[in-house]
This record gives sequence, C-alpha cells and structure tokens, in this order.
Amino acid sequence: MAERPITGFANIEQTVLGADEIILNMGPQHPSTHGVLRVKLRLDGERILDSECIIGYLHRGVEKIAEHRSYQQFAPYVDRMDYVAAISNGLGYCEAVEKLLGVEAPPRAKVVRTILTELQRIASHLLWLGTHALDIGALTPVFYCFREREEILKIVEKYCGARLTTHAFRIGGLQYDTYDGFEQEVKRFLEDFTAKIDEYEQLLTENRIWVARTKGIGVLTVQEAIDLGATGPVLRGSGMKWDIRKAFPYAAYDKYEFEIPTGQNGDTYDRYLVRIQELRQSRHICLQAIEDIPSGPILGKVGKVLKPPPGEVYHSIEAPKGELGYYIVSDGTVQPYRVRIRPPSFINLEALSKMVRGHLVADVVAIIGTLDIVLGEVDR
Amino acid sequence: MSALIEFFTPHLWPIVFSVIIVAVLPLLAGYVVLLERKVMADMQARLGPMRVGPHGLLQPIADAVKLLIKEDIIPENADQAVFWMAPVISVTAALLAFSALAIGPVFQIADLNIGLLFIVAVSSMGIFGIILGGWSSNSHYSLLGALRSTAQMISYETAAGLALVGGVLLAGSLSTREIVQAQYDAGVWFVFAAPLGFFLYLVASIAETNRAPFDLPEAESELVAGYMTEYSGFRWAIYFLAEYANMIVVASIASTLFLGGWARPFARTPIFNFLDFAPPLIFLVVAGYCFYRAPKQPERIQAMVMALFGGLCLLLAAAMALPFVFPASKAGIHGAFWFLAKVFLYVYSFMWIRFTFPRFRFDQLMKLGWYFMIPLSIVNVLALGVALVLKDTGWHPAAALLLTNAATLLVAVWLVANAQKKAAISGPVTSRAEG
Amino acid sequence: MTPDQINQIAFYFFGSLAVLGAILTVTAKNIVHSAIYLITSLLATAGIFLTLQAQFLFGVQIVLYVGGIMVLFVFVIMLVNLDVSLRQIRFNRQKWVAGLLTLVLASQLGFALWFGKEAFNLAPGRTGELSAQNVQQFGRGLFERYVLPFEIASVLLLVALIGAVVMTKKRV
Repeated sequence: MAERPITGFANIEQTVLGADEIILNMGPQHPSTHGVLRVKLRLDGERILDSECIIGYLHRGVEKIAEHRSYQQFAPYVDRMDYVAAISNGLGYCEAVEKLLGVEAPPRAKVVRTILTELQRIASHLLWLGTHALDIGALTPVFYCFREREEILKIVEKYCGARLTTHAFRIGGLQYDTYDGFEQEVKRFLEDFTAKIDEYEQLLTENRIWVARTKGIGVLTVQEAIDLGATGPVLRGSGMKWDIRKAFPYAAYDKYEFEIPTGQNGDTYDRYLVRIQELRQSRHICLQAIEDIPSGPILGKVGKVLKPPPGEVYHSIEAPKGELGYYIVSDGTVQPYRVRIRPPSFINLEALSKMVRGHLVADVVAIIGTLDIVLGEVDR
Repeated sequence: MSALIEFFTPHLWPIVFSVIIVAVLPLLAGYVVLLERKVMADMQARLGPMRVGPHGLLQPIADAVKLLIKEDIIPENADQAVFWMAPVISVTAALLAFSALAIGPVFQIADLNIGLLFIVAVSSMGIFGIILGGWSSNSHYSLLGALRSTAQMISYETAAGLALVGGVLLAGSLSTREIVQAQYDAGVWFVFAAPLGFFLYLVASIAETNRAPFDLPEAESELVAGYMTEYSGFRWAIYFLAEYANMIVVASIASTLFLGGWARPFARTPIFNFLDFAPPLIFLVVAGYCFYRAPKQPERIQAMVMALFGGLCLLLAAAMALPFVFPASKAGIHGAFWFLAKVFLYVYSFMWIRFTFPRFRFDQLMKLGWYFMIPLSIVNVLALGVALVLKDTGWHPAAALLLTNAATLLVAVWLVANAQKKAAISGPVTSRAEG
Repeated sequence: MTPDQINQIAFYFFGSLAVLGAILTVTAKNIVHSAIYLITSLLATAGIFLTLQAQFLFGVQIVLYVGGIMVLFVFVIMLVNLDVSLRQIRFNRQKWVAGLLTLVLASQLGFALWFGKEAFNLAPGRTGELSAQNVQQFGRGLFERYVLPFEIASVLLLVALIGAVVMTKKRV
C-alpha cells in the first residue's frame, strides 16, 4: 500500500496489517459517505489517529455561474446545493436578494414560506434519521422515515410541481398560491406525525445497542464547536442554544413560539436527540402557522428586471443542516458581482477530524452520519 | 450380491433420509431466503418480491438459476485449491449436522449416542470454511473480515456450548431422541426449566450464524466487506446455502433441547387434544386462501402457479390428516410438523431481531461475549447442577429450579450493571490520541 | 461384511490418512496448506477413536483440536507475515546423508523390535465393545475414579490461561 506522502501526514510507516500505522482510504464511492466524499484515515491498528477529507468531487462552480446569471435565473441553481432540502436554500437566497433590493415579501407569502420551509426541515431530518440508522445497522427506520417523507414530497409536488429541486419561492414572494386543500393536507399529515416520531423513538432512543453505538462517540465540546464555526444541530448538540430563527428572525418566525432543543455532551446520541426534538418543534411551528394564513397578495412590488443598487448584503437562515448564509455583492447590473454561499455542511465537515480521533474505524460512519452533510452543499 | 443387500438393508432408511435432506435442503434454504425477504418487507411497510411468480413464490428458483449461470471469477493470485474448497467445507459441515438431528421420531438419519456433541463438533468445523475462504481470496479486507468473523464465532461457540450443557444436564443424555423423551417424561419443555439457558443459546446462536445484530464482519456499510467478497455466482450461493442451513441447524438444536422437540404443546394433557387437529387445519386454510386468490391474479400463469401451490398445500393437509386414518403414523407425521413449526418460530425470531436492532461494533460484540455471556453461562451450568442436587435430596424440582434460576438472573443483572458502571467511568473510548 | 471387517477397513483408511496427512504437513511448501493437512491428520485420528468405540473422544477431539487449536494456529499463520519462511530452502544438500542415517537408525530399531518381541509383555487385545453409554462411563470415570488428576489438569490449564493473558497484556 505504498503511496505518495500526503501533506500533513509526515513520517508514516506503511507496513503489513495490524503492525504499525496504516492509511486507510474511504470513498469516494462508499455506501456510507452520503455522497462523493473521500476520507483518508491514519490508523494505529484499529484506532484512528487523524483524518483528512478530500472533497470537490461534486464541485460545479455554482458561485462562478452566479456571476453570469441574472438574479432570477440563479434561483434554480441554489436548489442543487443542498438537494435534500431545496426549499430552505431557495428561502435564503430569495430573502438575501430581497434585502439587497429593499423589498419585503407580503405577509401571506412569509407565512406560506415558513410552512413550506418547516415541512422541508422535517423532510430533511427524516432522510438524515433513516440513513444514519441504516449506517449503524438498523435496517427498518429508513423505510418508515421515507414513508413520511413521501407525504411531504407529495404536498410539495402539488404545490410547485417538483419534489426535490423545487424552486418554490420567487424574489419578492411566491409565484404560486397554495392549492385547494393545502391546509387540510398539511394539517392531516402533522396530526399523524407525532405518532410516527414516537415510533422512531421507540425503535432507537432507548435501544441499548443504539446507545452503545452513539453515546460518547464523536464528542465535540462547545468551545471546539464554536471555534470551528459549526452551526445547526452540531452546535446545539454540544450545548449552545443558538438558532438564527430566534437570534435574527426572518420570514414569519417571530410570530410563532417554539423551543430550541440542545444537548449536553456533544456526542452523536445528543445530536440525534436534538434532531428528533427539532422534528417535534417544526411540527409545532407548522401547526401554528397553518391555523392562520393571512390573505392577500403573494408577490411584493418587484419589477420584471431586477437591478439592485450597488452594495452588499449577508443574509443567513437556519437551514436543516446549520446556518446557511448568502453574501451577495451587487454592482448595479442585472447580474450579481459575487455570490458567496456559506455552506453549513462544508464548515461542519471540518469538525470531522477532531471528532474521529481516538475512535475505531467502525465509528467513522456514525460520525459522518451525525454531521448530516450533503456533498452538493459541501462542494457546490 | 445377497451379501451386499444384507449389508445395506439396515442402512436403507438412513440413506433415503440423507438423500431427502441433501435434495430438499437447498430448496428449503432458498425458500427461507424468500421468507426472510418477505418478513423484512412486512416489517418495513412494503411488499417484498412480488414479480417472480405470484407473491414472489418463484423468486428462489430464479435466483438459483441466475447464480448458476453466472461467470465463475477467481481472483488473480488466489490459491485455487483452497478457494474452491472453502465453501465446500462450510456447506459440508452444515449438511453433516443434519445427520444427527431428529426431525420427528421417525425422520432421523442416525440416533447417535453423542448426538448433540457431534452437531457441535461439526459446526465448529464449519468455521474453517470462513477463515480459508477469506484467506484464499488474496485480499486484505476479505482476510480481516474472515478473521473477525472467526474470532466472533469461536468466542460465542463457548457460550453456546455451555448453554447447551445446561440443557443436557436436565436431559441426562446427549442423544437427541433421549433429550426429547426426557422433556416428554418431565412434562415440561426445558425452556421453562432453564429459561436463561435458552436465552443464552438464542443470543449465542445469532452470533454463531453471523446474523444481525452481530453481523459487523458482513455488513456492507463497513470498511471491511467480509470474507465472501471475492466469491460470486455459484460459489457464493454455496456460502449462502451454508449460512441458512446453519440457521436451520441451530434452530433445530434449540427446538430439540429447549422447545420440546417433536412433542405437541401440552402433549400429556388430554384437554388439549384438539391441538391434534391443528396441522391439517392450518394447511387446509392456506390451501383455501391460495385457491381463493388464484383467480384474482393478473396473469394466467400466476393464477396457475398459485393454484399449484394451493394443490401442494392440500396434499400436505391430506398427509397431516393421514394419522387419523392410520394411528400408527401419528408420531412420525405430526411430530415432524410440530418440530418444523418450532424451527420456523425460532428462525422467524432471528429475522425479527435482525430487522429491529442496529449492529454491534466489533469490540462491543467481543466484550459482550467474554464479559457477559461466558460468565453467565458458567453460572447457569453451576446453578442447574445445584438444582439437580437439590432435587435428589428431596426438594420439589420446580422449587429447586425456580430458586437456582432466580439466582442466575441476579448474577446476570449484576453483570449488566457492572458493565454499565465500567462504561460510565471510563467512557466508551478508552484512549484519545492527542493531536 | 462383518463388523470386524468394517472395523479393519476403517482403521486402515483412517490410519493411512493420518500418516499421509502428517507427511504432507511437514513437506508442504505453503504454510496454510500445511495447516490444512494437519487438520486432515487430526480428523483421521478422531476417526480412529471412532473405530475404537470411543465416541466421546471422537467428538471432543474435533471440538477441541480441530475446532479450537487448529483455528488458533491458522489465526496466527494468517496474522503474521510469512513471506520469509516461504522462501527458505526446504531441503538442503545434506539430505542424502540424512536419509541414509535415518534408514540405518530405522533398521536398527526394527531389528531390535522384531527379534526382541518376547521381551514385551503385551496383554492380549481387548475384545468386546465399550458400552453404548460411552459418555456416562467417561463421566463416571473422570469424576469418580480419576477426579484428582482431572482437577489438577484443570488447574494447570487455568494457570496457563492466566499466564498467557498476563504475558500479552499491554503495559498501560
């Protein structure tokens, strides 16, 4: 297994199995790396000494493309980043451009945006839960989670025509109004949903094997998380109560009451509990929102040709994976000068190296799963 | 010539039974695979194989044909002879174990006086199929997976053997026939007399057959893909057959030793004699359901296969009803039915456990085996010995067994609590490399 | 064919298999092949136990020797890098002298054994069969008549086990 030396891994002796340090390569094609991620592990026998992530297999140059598209033309591209939760991406981008333009979406649009984004958060967490459980060996939760995710995708498809890359929102509001029966279907889904979350918890939360595989695995202290810039459930699992929806409210989040679940130890088990609680909180927000959707226009006053005044804006939202930020610089023309996206998965992935140290190789899949990364977002 | 016939006559029935087993077992194992897929689908809110044959009933045949016509790939620099031999060892060990098993009072190839010991011995031979298969594949990961599988199997073999010893203590013999007879004479299945022994054997047999939650060496989402990686086509089918045959073997051992063998539930209570009608009734109901569903199949060929299956069930129902006409055949035919029903239940619980629980990590698995299962099985043997001595000195057997089983349970609880405490103190990761 | 004849055939079969296995173990080039031949030899020995109606020993030989000891042998073989031994020369140039000397020694031994037959007071061979209650007999013998050697042997094994664990424990 002779290889060229890798920067950062100096003086490595590669010998026969089980003797000294070896380098193990995981990916880019691997059932558990959630996309095309390559992880190089430096092992001492079975224990991991260090790890290095090699990314870029899914790099499509999205930020460069943005410089050559008009603001509306760029909107479908953002869906393709975190393709598991496209609606959140669209929300972040539309709100950032609206900030740049100085317009606000009408109240009805804000509430519908909130409902759809929270439904998307539920869908994203369900996919996370299913795949994470599958990596650790529980073969059944993934089917239950996808059953519920299917209901959400049906609603989204009825709303905007697409299930995955939705392009649901427009700059200034919404393009489509909610369809007949939207409230009833969402309400029916949400009412059944608590029983389903209880089902998932029954399978996993108290399960001795699940606890043994996730408690104490991949510990990230609060200080380490803050230093690394981790956000989302990774940060909250370590104990920090930080959520953009409460800190800098956007869309209609200031109208609803909800809690921010946090963990204590910053291990995989706590992040699991945090995300399960987030499922319940999202459901709570949706139910409040669906009770009272204000009537009115769905699109604010924006022209057909968007030429924001020269300036810059940074707007971030709490995407299911963490803080998704858009830094847009406008030079007064129809195309942005620069769009820089703060991808939560990319920054959370940096924590992998700290989290895997001292663990066994079999824990790496659990730790990658608990970070909840989507390679489309990591690489853009 | 006549001397030859004279030589073979006492061996005629065993030869017939052996032929039946060797012919039927691959088919049976194939249908156990189909059953597993259907059970998996049922627990996962989906349907499972539905296309090949009505409700997927011809799926195993399609799979077998596919595996047979696949290209035979042997890795470069692999040791050809050992590569060929490894799956053969596995499947031979699995099939050989059937020769001592009694699937009913009649259907047994050989009633060895060391029956259970023979089965354990032959199962331990099967480990070589795995280790040699992993080695001969000439791949680091196959070898690692094989070594892990083997380490797991020999660790849990001790626990399984000691759990079996507990049952043998109660039975007083190693011969399968005498064990079932002892349970009939005692009037109680040994699972009620030694429940911890049964539980230990259940867990140990899951680990022995490399099934979830103990299947880390075989799991696809792990780095090491397992000893079967380089095997494809028919060779892989042989390994697979060995694995499922092993499952049936451990289920048969458990049914013989703990679940009463071929005895009907409540075999000695005349009130429950209505249970004797259960075998033919069950098959009649299944046949009726097949005939009911046959005309509703979308394709004509599916309807025909379904009707054929219904006819098969009718035939089996008739076979089950035969003892009511010829009372002499009751023990043989109904005995086989009850035994197979218990084996099926045990195998079903294997599947149920597989689809419910996540996987153990390898070191957690080994810790469980050495720190919990082996000490507990030793204590179990001790306790059962004490119970037998107490019984001999005049105690009522139920009281003696209750007392000793309670003591063993306390030890088990203490062991678990100890393990939890140790994990809480040191943390699951014993050393974190600085860096 | 009488049971005696079957017994004889079985003995010769298993015996020759055992000897063949032993020879191949020593002369095989590949060390894993060596291990496999040793397994064959041990299985043949178990077969010989069977011809002597010692069924319990047959079972236990397979469980312990083949299923336990040989598995550990094979483990060690596979974990250790053995390229070195593969390239060693198996038989060196002195093999002819060694063979000649062996023949001389063997013929001396054979001579002594054949012509000094009367000096050995061999008891007549056991006829009759061991009881079918082989396991019970074995257990009774082990725990009633020979219980002291049995316990001493177990203590010895325990000491060896603890010693092995202590020697290989990592100094933390």
